[in-house]
Amino acid sequence: MKLPRNLRAWITVLVAMHAVIACAGFFAPYDPAEQDREHPYAPPSAIHFRDASGSVHSRPFVYTLRLEAGSVDHYEEDTLASSPIEFFVTGARYRLLGIVPCSRHLFGAGGTRVALLGTDGYGRDQFSRLLWGGQISLLAGLVATALALTCGLLVGATAGFRGGWTDEILMRLAELFLALPWLYLLFAVRAFLPLTVSPLEAFFLVAGVVGMVGWARPARLVRGVVLSAKERDFVRAARGFGASGIYILRRHILPQTASVLLTQAAILAPQFVLAEVTLSFLGLGVPEPAPSWGNLLANLQQYSVLTSYWWMLIPALALTPFFLGYLGLASALQRWADPSKMEAVGPGAWR
Amino acid sequence: MTVSRAHCFPRCILLSLAVLLWPGSARPATPTPQASREDLAQMPGEPGRRGGRLVVTLRAEPKTLNPLVAADAPSREVIGVMQADLVHINRASQSTESALASSWKVSRNGLEYTLKLRAGLRFSDGQPLDADDVLFTFHVLLDESVHAPQKDLLIVGGKPIEVRKTDAHTLLFTLARPYGVGERLFDGLDILPRHLLEKPYQQGKLAQSWPLETPPDQIAGLGPFRLKEYVPGQRLVLERNPFYWKTDSAGTRLPYLDELVFLFVPSADAQVLRFRAGETDVITRLSADNFAALSRDLHDASFVDAGPGLEYNFLFFNLNNLGEKTPPALARHQKWFREVLFRQAVSLAVDREGIVRLVYQGRGAPLWGLVTPGNPRWVDAAIARPPRSLERARELLRVAGFTSKLGESGETQLFDADGVRVEFSIATSSSSGERSKMAALLQDDLKKLGIGVQVAPLEFRSLLDRVFQTKEYDACVLGLASFDADPNADINVLLSSGAQHLWNPAQPKPATDWEVEIDRLMEQQLTARGFEERKRLYDRVQEILAEYQPMIFLASPHILVGAKSSLGNFHPAVLEPYVLWNAEQLFWRAPGGKAGP
Repeated sequence: MKLPRNLRAWITVLVAMHAVIACAGFFAPYDPAEQDREHPYAPPSAIHFRDASGSVHSRPFVYTLRLEAGSVDHYEEDTLASSPIEFFVTGARYRLLGIVPCSRHLFGAGGTRVALLGTDGYGRDQFSRLLWGGQISLLAGLVATALALTCGLLVGATAGFRGGWTDEILMRLAELFLALPWLYLLFAVRAFLPLTVSPLEAFFLVAGVVGMVGWARPARLVRGVVLSAKERDFVRAARGFGASGIYILRRHILPQTASVLLTQAAILAPQFVLAEVTLSFLGLGVPEPAPSWGNLLANLQQYSVLTSYWWMLIPALALTPFFLGYLGLASALQRWADPSKMEAVGPGAWR
Repeated sequence: MTVSRAHCFPRCILLSLAVLLWPGSARPATPTPQASREDLAQMPGEPGRRGGRLVVTLRAEPKTLNPLVAADAPSREVIGVMQADLVHINRASQSTESALASSWKVSRNGLEYTLKLRAGLRFSDGQPLDADDVLFTFHVLLDESVHAPQKDLLIVGGKPIEVRKTDAHTLLFTLARPYGVGERLFDGLDILPRHLLEKPYQQGKLAQSWPLETPPDQIAGLGPFRLKEYVPGQRLVLERNPFYWKTDSAGTRLPYLDELVFLFVPSADAQVLRFRAGETDVITRLSADNFAALSRDLHDASFVDAGPGLEYNFLFFNLNNLGEKTPPALARHQKWFREVLFRQAVSLAVDREGIVRLVYQGRGAPLWGLVTPGNPRWVDAAIARPPRSLERARELLRVAGFTSKLGESGETQLFDADGVRVEFSIATSSSSGERSKMAALLQDDLKKLGIGVQVAPLEFRSLLDRVFQTKEYDACVLGLASFDADPNADINVLLSSGAQHLWNPAQPKPATDWEVEIDRLMEQQLTARGFEERKRLYDRVQEILAEYQPMIFLASPHILVGAKSSLGNFHPAVLEPYVLWNAEQLFWRAPGGKAGP
């Protein structure tokens, strides 16, 4: 099957971004929870080619930061202590893709820490936290999407295929879920759960909660497709030949829902990432010291952080390329699957 | 001078008009000239100008204006400027000074206190003060059915203090045993107007009297300000008490300000924004990072680091004895928590300097005991202050039977003698960024010993509920701020029967030998006479705490406050209320400063 060019382009971009996040341990120079208490709120490291005496080096280097006299968060570069940037260095241990034990990192600096995006209030490297945090936020979004689509497919197919009072009950339930203010529902559900949970448990709780709330829209769309598919001639023919209901669903009807599901996946994934970010921002998501995009931004609730340390805002920008990628993919998918139904897609479709 | 007289003229007309139009229930606006000679207290300090309005913030709405039931900090702060006591502790010098009582005498055996009331004083509604008001006040304070929180302080040697009046302005207080605190006892015991409260008292409704909605003419006090208006959820407005009994060094009757407005602003960041926008004039309890950001951004305000305060922050473990109701997980954790060597090891692993630097940006002090450097009089300089040492901590854990192994990804993991991994949770208040940060630093410190810690930020009420009611927690980071430098301020924390004996509150019988000894020492210092003797006893208490580590003390923040530069007599103290302790002397320097409504 030949995919159109713009669809391939969006897929390539997304795969590349996800690959970087998936291999966060390799691309991040440090452990995301490692504190450097001598350097809280250090600004992004300046990468130099030219040293203080004016001579140019072929290998980029950074200077060690030290606190300005009498200050607690203003740093100056110690031009006597330079450390070249090195590649494929050995550092903190991690598991590549969560499986392979490894301690090799893409880059690092010998004598000091290089913080591409600065450090937070504990001196933790924001760049490493951003990459590792992406694992949690994106995975939570994807797990929640898978969950919502599975539920949506089951409910929608059952409702559309069985029809009658089953359809009525399931669709009224779906409408109820659509009408719910989902953010407040998430709060309510999260509030009932225990507060002292490990990061892993918290992750699955968040993903589960977000996914369970989001099944209604895909269920309605799937039901529509099933309703129209089951009246098609080839389905009637199959039925006439004595095919069972399960066989017809599996063989003839569900394949028709594939394009709807794919498009929905591309729309829902970023929405659910945002839901995770919202929950973590409000302190209901993954607990510290595990990073997620939401709790990286939570620091910005403080006036002093917001006004004093601009690099703490960078994680907010990280969301943009992912959203752009997913929404681009969604519209490309929609155009590919059914060029006549453009109006159903777009961020406005989600409530 | 002529200018001010010219300004005064229309105001005088307005005032007399207002008096004419007001019905008979109006409170007299100024002392009548034929009032008997008043024995006013003259205050040192810079003489100021009359007029203007000061806007301050409260973190929460006060619950009541009734000093007999007020337990929350916002209520206490408001009542502090509406009421007055017989003898007062000066918040800046921390020594006692005469207030409603112009003088006091202690008998040679320390059992009798003779207090002389100032003559000619009036409540804020114009009614005169006499010894009967004092008798009434002490009568209700000691009444079982009123449940005043101050009652426990008035029972010495198991017997309530007896009060008699010898004449209309002289009172005799008789104690069953000598009281270590001396005349400090009278601080904070606000003298109530008998003419307003006797009726509710006889009807048994005293505790419900004086809610925030009280009409201004049914509440009176002897403080510098009196009630003017309450807008639920928004603000409480106080106005100048024209009968106040203090004058400045030039003889002008205090207070200077016409109005004092309390705005209810719940979050610290919202308070910062309000102050930045110029909507409020004073900001207290600033965190170090906001202090730094504001002093950089605002130039028409002065920010003061008043130095170390009395707030102490600490980690404590759940040492409650819940008997058979103990959840199995907690029972296992308590086996470690009850081990003194374990607590000492945790204390050794804490990076207190790191906490001071990262949480307080250097504006704080590391702590090894509950008496902070802000209280040099009572601090025991001799208690052990071991520097952070992970080696010694590991050694103590090894002696106590713990073993450490390498985990699969190369990190150390600590196991107890039964082979159980040492992991527990630290609860903290989600609304306190500073304590959450401390918990995160502790988590990292303890990870280095192989102890797995989860930080559980809880809403403040549910945190207190867990600590005091359900007792379902492992460990907790909390902070306490003593209201006074005297050891008795913390007696509820130290006595094993105390309601705030956090790690195991309100014990019928002390659970350990060292708690028995702390109880004994605290009882002794209550009645010991002379500072040296009390200090010796209290030093021993501090040493026992340092040895047995029921509370692992972390750090104490400096008192950081800010105010508009034109606020005169702005001298923040390290005792609460940090700024309003001299509310009657605060004034606006610039002409017109901030005009009244």
